[in-house]
Formats: sequence, structure tokens, C-alpha cells
Amino acid sequence: MVDYISLFIKAVFIENMALAFFLGMCTFIALSKKIDAAIGLGIAVIVVQAVTVPLNNLLYTYILSEGALSWAGEDLADVDLSFLGYLAYIGVIAACVQIMEMVLDKYMPALYNALGVFLPLITVNCAILGASLFMVERDYTFGESVVYGIGAGVGWALAIACLAGVREKLKYSDVPKGLQGLGITFVSVGLMSLGFMSFSGISL
Amino acid sequence: MIRKFLDNIEPHFHKGGKWEKFYALYEAVDTGLYKDPGVTKSSSHVRDGVDLKRIMITVWACTFPAMFFGMWLVGHNAGVAYEGGATIPSDWHGYFITMMFGDTPALGSIFNNVVYGAIYFAPVYAVTFIVGGFWEVLFAAVRGHEVNEGFFVSSVLFALICPPTIPLWQVALGISFGIVIGKEVFGGTGKNFLNPALTGRAFLFFAYPAQISGDTVWTAVDGFSGATPLSVVVNDGYNAINNTIGTVANSNVVEWFDAFAGFVQGSMGETSTIAILLGGAVILIMGIASWRIVAGVLIGSFLTVALFNSLAEPDSVNQMLALPWTWHIVLGGFAFGTIFMATDPISASMTNKGKYAFGILIGVMVILIRVANPAYPEGMMLAILFANIFAPLIDHFVVQSNIKRRLARG
Repeated sequence: MVDYISLFIKAVFIENMALAFFLGMCTFIALSKKIDAAIGLGIAVIVVQAVTVPLNNLLYTYILSEGALSWAGEDLADVDLSFLGYLAYIGVIAACVQIMEMVLDKYMPALYNALGVFLPLITVNCAILGASLFMVERDYTFGESVVYGIGAGVGWALAIACLAGVREKLKYSDVPKGLQGLGITFVSVGLMSLGFMSFSGISL
Repeated sequence: MIRKFLDNIEPHFHKGGKWEKFYALYEAVDTGLYKDPGVTKSSSHVRDGVDLKRIMITVWACTFPAMFFGMWLVGHNAGVAYEGGATIPSDWHGYFITMMFGDTPALGSIFNNVVYGAIYFAPVYAVTFIVGGFWEVLFAAVRGHEVNEGFFVSSVLFALICPPTIPLWQVALGISFGIVIGKEVFGGTGKNFLNPALTGRAFLFFAYPAQISGDTVWTAVDGFSGATPLSVVVNDGYNAINNTIGTVANSNVVEWFDAFAGFVQGSMGETSTIAILLGGAVILIMGIASWRIVAGVLIGSFLTVALFNSLAEPDSVNQMLALPWTWHIVLGGFAFGTIFMATDPISASMTNKGKYAFGILIGVMVILIRVANPAYPEGMMLAILFANIFAPLIDHFVVQSNIKRRLARG
């Protein structure tokens, strides 16, 4: 249990997807203008992460990794399909996002409209693929991958909510012309990750 | 008379005048000496002689006890080190020291200690002020906003959280980063979201760790190393500083009261909790610094320390676990950060409830970093920066919940 808690904390704070690895920047920057939309997207990312990372974990352990197919018979025992990894993970993610899009469209049209084109773009959000790849690289068990998926999603959601808060505050700032918009956002993200540096070095 | 002179030269600074570019400077001198002529005439407005400038200058003055104590302490620590066989530094500081005190400095009197400290503090502060002021005026002139005393506060706070032996070019670099990236790119005072002084300090901390942390930077002599009490605890355990239960005879033993009064190693202005409280009481009573934030920090840190203390066992690898709360709050930058940095009205939360949450977040984080993160024995700076990031979000939720409550009330 303690292992799971420390893995969760590690995924949320120490290895924050957005502010420690700078993954998923496109959506992170584009959809952080309003706190409400940012939180909506954050929740969407949490859900997608929580579903895709464990799914990909199963996919990897039972189909893709070397010798994983031994359950299907002796002939397939030494087949190594891990070169199909990227393709398979993206496929799973795309399917999840598609389902999620339909659910949101049906039950939360306001959020669906606010997220707009960026909802399908979660498919190619590097934070999400990144979480699956980290999971494979670090050989997480199924239980760990559930915790890690949720943690990575929560960390990213927290970061985008914070950035949205900062950007709503920055609306009242008097930013030099050349830096307005994206420029100042990047500066802000950099400064935010300076604050998140407080976690670097913690080993759980 | 000065008023007359200022009025006489004023036209030159307006648009089209010959010194148009320097209007920011003129404005700074003018409103620095006299009340701003722009007064709100309509009703529904608080009328008060205290404006942003007066607030900032008050905060600036309130750092003086800590500043003078810090200078005295630099001299005092150096004097102790000389008795232990340390030598005069070989850099330019040493030149001035030899000039003032001869080849074998015998410090001891309060005056000598302060002078010795001033040899270290004054250049740091001067560089901070000149370099920071240069950026401030440059941006003010180009962008057409006012120079204001917010910069006085940032500069003095930045100088006070530097170790005495920091190289001056790093001071210049740090304050430049703090002022330009931390504040001016957002449009100047009141528009930034991180504390500029801390931003600059954090930048130096990560860029040049050798000169800003470690055991040799805190005492202004050569050939002496004295660790801050916090890093002593990290390395040797709580017993190494606590002489009431400690059995090891070593030079690191500190009385609790000594730590409270500030006779320990540390950055120039952060060691003495008494001196900080002296200045801090003024800004707390005047309402410039929010007591809610201070209370929040104390509550948050108390709870977190209680949690960690209950986890501590006599043979724990992590020695910080056992450090009691009463020690945490007098060591390192806790007092200075709580009073002067966390309460910065610009980068903290604005709402009253948000201020508690903001303070508690700082309190939790500072203890968490100190105890759980072996890389940094001190956590105040990073904890405040971390909470600064969350401040707007906290405010958002407080405002939303208020709106919801009012709607429910009808």
C-alpha cells in the first residue's frame, strides 16, 4: 500500500508530466485560458490516463512483450511483438478518446463545446502516450500501472488548472507587446516549473 | 522650496519636453517626497494617506532590525572564526578588512562587528539596488509606467537572503532575473505572480549551488566552515544541535534561544527570529502583512511536523523526522519567509479564506521539503514559490464558492 501511495505522489508531483517533463505542451498552453475549461480537460485527461495506461499494460504483458504470447500455444512462445508498441498504444488511446468524446457530447455538451477540437487532439497528446511508454519502460505491474495512470493524469490536471489560474490573473498584467499571448505563457510555465523544482531530489 | 523646484522642472518631463524619456525618474522623486496629486474625488472610495509607495517604504524600513542584526552577526561569526585560526579572505573583501582592522582582526565590540558585516552586506545591497534599479528605470522609461518603491522591498529582501560570501556578479545576475523575468515582463509591480526576490534567489540556487549553499559560504573568512543548523540536523541528527539531550561534545550545539535570537549560521538577514519579529510586528499590526497567512503557515507547519514526529523512530535514517516544531520555526529562513516573503500582497492569495489556505500550503510544503527532500535542507524559498503558483487557483475556488453560496441564499 505504501508503495502505491509513494508511486502516486511521485507521479503527481515529482515527475509531473507537464512541469517536470514538459509533455503535452500543445494542449497545456492552448486550453489554459479559462479555469473551468482547464479543469474539464484535466478531468478528461485523468480519465483517459486511468483507462489507457492499465489497458496498455495488459496489452504489453499478454501480447506485445517477448514471450508474452506463450499462453496461445508453444509455437508463439518466442514471438516478440514489442516493435508494434507505439502503434498499439496509440490505437488504444484513440479508441478511448473516441468513446470519451461521445460520452461528453451526449451528457456534457457545454464542456464538449468548450474543449472543441482539442478533445480529439488528446489522442496525440504526448503526455498520454508518454505515460504508457514510461509504464512499459519501468516494468510496472498491473496494479502499479493503474496508480501511475491516475497519478500522471492528476499531476497534469493540477498543472493545467494552476496555469489557468495564473493566466486568468495575468489578464490584468501589462505585458510588453512582443511577449503577449504565447510568449508570456511560456515564461509563466517556466517560472511554475521553478516552483515545482522543490520536489526534484525527493526519492520515494 | 523643493516643491517649487520640482514644479519648475516638471514641464520638461511631459510629452514633448526635452527630458521626456526621464519622466519616470521625475515622477519617482516627486511622489516619493510629496503626496500624489491624483486623488480620487468621487465617493465610495477609501481615503487614506497611505498609498502603495508608503506601504512599500514601511516594509522596507521594517527589514532594518533584521538587516542590522545580520551585519552584526557576520562580524560576530567572523570574530569567532578568527579566534579559531581562520584567515582573512584573499579577495577584495580582505583588502578592506586589513584596512579597517589590521592584519589580525580583533573584532569584539558591537561597532566593529557591524562594520565588518557592512563590508560584506553593503556591496551586495549596493549591487542589488543599482542593477535592479537600472532594470526598473529602464522598463519604466521604455514602457511608460512608474518607478515605485516595490523595488525597494524586492531589493532589500533579495540582499538579505544572500549568504555573505556570494560573488557580486551572481548578485547582479540574480536580481536581474528576479526583476526582469519575475516582474517586469508581466508589467511591473502588482502584475507578477511570483515573488521577484525569491525568483531571483531560486534562480541562483539552481544555477550556482556551490556559492549559495553548503558549509563554507556562511562565514565571511577563509579556512572556516560552519554548517547551518538545518544541514547539521540533516547530516548528524537532531541530537547534534540539541545540548539538552546530546551527548556528543561538538561545536554544533545550539541553544534553542540562540537559534531564536539568531546566533547561528545562515543568510545575512534570516537568522534572527527576534529581529524579524520586531519589524514584522509593525507590518502585521498595520495590516500590510496578512496575519491570516502567518497563522496559516504556523498551523500548516505544526500539523505536518506533528505527523512527521509521530513517524520518527530513534534509528530512522532520516534525522529530520524528529526535529520538533519549536526548532523548525526558528531555524533557517522560516521566520523571514513567513513574515516578509509569504505575506507579499501581490503574489499571495487575495481572499481572506484563500489566505489561510495559502499559508497552510506553505507550512505543509516547507516541512515536507525540509524533511522529505534530502537534496534541500532548507525549504522556505521553494515552498513559497510553490504556493505562489497555487494562489490564483485558490482565489478562484474561494470566489466560486462565495458565488454559489449567495445564489443559494437567493
